[in-house]
Amino acid sequence: MTPRGKAIEVKEVSKDFGTFRALESVSFEIFDNEFFTLLGPSGCGKTTLLRMLAGFDTPTTGSIHLHGRPILDLPPHKRRVNTVFQSYALFPHLSVEQNIAFGLENLGWAKDRRLARTAAMLDMVHMTQFARRRPDQLSGGQRQRIALARALAPEPEVLLLDEPLSALDLKLRQAMRDELRQLQRRTGITFVFVTHDQEEALDMSDRICVLGQGRIQHLGTPNEIYEDPENRFVADFIGETNFLAVEVLEVTGDRARVRTPMGLEVTTFQKGAIAGQKAMLSLRPEKIGMEDQATGEVMRGRITNRNYMGGYTHYTVDVAGTEFRVSKRNAVTHGQSFEPGREVTLGFRQDSARVLGR
Amino acid sequence: MRQDVRRYPGLGLLVLLFFGWLYLPIAVVIGFSFNENRLVSVWTGFSLKWYGAALSNSALVDAVRTSLTVALIATALATLTALMAALVLVRGRDVRARRLSEVVVNLPLLLPEIVVAVAVLILFSQIGLTNGLLKLILAHTAFCIPFAFLPIRARLQGMTPDFEEAAQDLYASPWVVFRRVTLPLILPGVFAGAMLAFVMSMDDFITSNMLASGGNTTLPVYIFGLIKQGTTPELNAISTLIIAASLLLATIALSLTFRGRGKS
Amino acid sequence: MSGARFRPDFRLWGLLPAWVIMGFTLILPIGIVVLVAFGTRGAYGGFGWGFSGASFQQILFQKGWTEELEFNPQYLEIIARTLWLAALTTAICAALATPVAYYIACQPPKRRAALVYLVTLPFWVSMIVRVYAWLIILGNDGVIEKSLRAVGLVEDIDSLLFNNTAMLLGMVYSYIPLMILPVFASMEKLDGTLIEASHDLYANRWVTARRVILPLARPGIVAGAVLVFVPCLGAVLEPILLGGGKQMLMGNLIQTQFGGGRNWPFGAAVAVVLMALVMLVLMINALRTRPAGEAAA
Repeated sequence: MTPRGKAIEVKEVSKDFGTFRALESVSFEIFDNEFFTLLGPSGCGKTTLLRMLAGFDTPTTGSIHLHGRPILDLPPHKRRVNTVFQSYALFPHLSVEQNIAFGLENLGWAKDRRLARTAAMLDMVHMTQFARRRPDQLSGGQRQRIALARALAPEPEVLLLDEPLSALDLKLRQAMRDELRQLQRRTGITFVFVTHDQEEALDMSDRICVLGQGRIQHLGTPNEIYEDPENRFVADFIGETNFLAVEVLEVTGDRARVRTPMGLEVTTFQKGAIAGQKAMLSLRPEKIGMEDQATGEVMRGRITNRNYMGGYTHYTVDVAGTEFRVSKRNAVTHGQSFEPGREVTLGFRQDSARVLGR
Repeated sequence: MRQDVRRYPGLGLLVLLFFGWLYLPIAVVIGFSFNENRLVSVWTGFSLKWYGAALSNSALVDAVRTSLTVALIATALATLTALMAALVLVRGRDVRARRLSEVVVNLPLLLPEIVVAVAVLILFSQIGLTNGLLKLILAHTAFCIPFAFLPIRARLQGMTPDFEEAAQDLYASPWVVFRRVTLPLILPGVFAGAMLAFVMSMDDFITSNMLASGGNTTLPVYIFGLIKQGTTPELNAISTLIIAASLLLATIALSLTFRGRGKS
Repeated sequence: MSGARFRPDFRLWGLLPAWVIMGFTLILPIGIVVLVAFGTRGAYGGFGWGFSGASFQQILFQKGWTEELEFNPQYLEIIARTLWLAALTTAICAALATPVAYYIACQPPKRRAALVYLVTLPFWVSMIVRVYAWLIILGNDGVIEKSLRAVGLVEDIDSLLFNNTAMLLGMVYSYIPLMILPVFASMEKLDGTLIEASHDLYANRWVTARRVILPLARPGIVAGAVLVFVPCLGAVLEPILLGGGKQMLMGNLIQTQFGGGRNWPFGAAVAVVLMALVMLVLMINALRTRPAGEAAA
């Protein structure tokens, strides 16, 4: 594989709104051809960061480079990046075609080239027959496609997407995820995608940058972020987890030996644990087996609550005063379900748990 | 039987009476303008002769010309000024003295017109400005500005900045953003504002009367002079023509505002 | 927000025309009005510069035979009448506008738009034409007198014009759209389920009107009251045409001082009083509405 170039370098970017610090010394790099996601709860600064890349916001301190050139002094209309807005922001007074051609006109493309490009973009998003419609005559999914086509038409160095799927309903959202991903592979353009939806992020991204409280909490592949979260914030924000307050007995390299409140000793991978201090043991609900699937470390408990979710069932199990959330797929035969009040055996493998110092 | 708790018995009748009262005076004026008799309130037959008399009245035509000249120029100046001010006040960042500027732009609405009229009269007499038309245009421009400003501001405030940002994102320079995105989208508001300013200028009596001198009589001031001489059928005909023109303008302006509101 | 961001100079020159026009034709002249109010009366109309409280004194006192000051209630009466008529007009407008606005707000959208249009329409007709129309209706041998005579109710009546009632009628007629529109705007936002909830909680129509509808319409009524009250204080056409110039209000009092070139400093002094009254109203309104607005935000 050829070494990939850096599309975007963000260096020590901070942003203050009055006395509120929205971003605190954020640094990261985005590579060419990458599907890069900024993920975080609302107010974490992800949209601010995106707007800085587009040029609608300026950092208080720090620098941003696009393919090696500093861009902070460039106004939005001189940056070779395009944005798919959350609201799509399709010009209501222009037709679909005119919307797509808008950027090309401003770049001074000749008319025949413009027409060819517009037609190609319409074809790419399967909207050719809607060329002369106005945006208000389109459905949500169609608008989304036009917004994409409009932003991709000028062949930007980077495409910025600001929660583009949030306005769509569930079914359409699923379909658009695949379409977006395919589009990115086909065009080879770097995508910077902002979302608060972890499922979306895990599904589509090459790498995810988890932002929380204005800082980068974790930057890694979807798998790394879910399986080896950097800290409690990430473990808690991505998916669901059980936290057990533990005492760190010993740290050796990337592993730690800890003691749980039940007195159980567990040795597994750690991040940020310090011997002799408190830490958290994170254990995902689906990594806990129940009854005949209970392997590894075995505990006895009593079911206190049951939430039927369709594809799977959540149980709350009380183990000697500590509550565990356990998730069980409702597979093969229907109805194998445990009643609240029942005594059950739980089990987990030590290396499926994580010790988190921070 | 369906019972709607939102309905109040008798309310419909009250509203009907209200609208009757609202339109009665207008109907009376229009009705009597077709009266053949010299005396306003003695109906003797249908006639269009007072319209003929009105249209061949050269003093009236002069007054209409003065009013139109003043209104058109004042509307153009006021709308342009209001548009620029609205762009800065709604879209500008870190605008210094934003609140004070809003107050200044809306100042004519905060003062009784007679005070404004007296003020400009004294000013013009002090600086020795004698051109009647220029005096009228200056004063009308000032009090028309807020009427042009408010619809434009409402339109701008109701429009998400996303469109303008999208345009910038698609390589449009600030001027192109304004010409191709902002202006087309706020145009209904600009039209409504201009229309309102025009009507306010055409309608103005207090200031124009105060500044009236020599040959520069506006339509309302001329009508006022006629009224003081007594009610005549010709006056009714003139009033009816004015009513017709106002209703036409109002319909255009209101349909523009409503259509604009429906879209956003 | 960022439309003007890359043309910071536009922030200045974009506002400049408005400031220049308002500064030259309003702010500066009003300063002069205040100066003139303290000036002295010119020999042949006009005025002289100076500092004298004589014009304000004249509002309260007149000079007697031997130059002694006598209290003169004539102008105070005009000020009181102006305030009283403006307040009454505002109250009547509110009382009429509230049920009408409620009715309009309860209609289906298409009819609602049509009714709003109908309420607004007369307001676009020239003010002088609207006042003139009442002259025909109320005047000597006018429509009302004729109708009354026709049904044999009266033989001959003195003119219905040239009194406070005629002025009041004209002012209510002139300014009521300014009350209906803001009241309607707050009624339109009123959620129909609130009224249903009120009935569900055992309130009848009257209690619902008093405890749900009116409190929610209040911001609109207050806004409308300012919009009606302020121009009423400065009304000129109604007192001249319907009041016959005998029942003076501050508006035509000021006008006559300038119209005949009679006494500019005195006219300016009355104008200053009028301005002060309007500012008082606006300030009270600002103080009243601000805490409510902050609580809502």
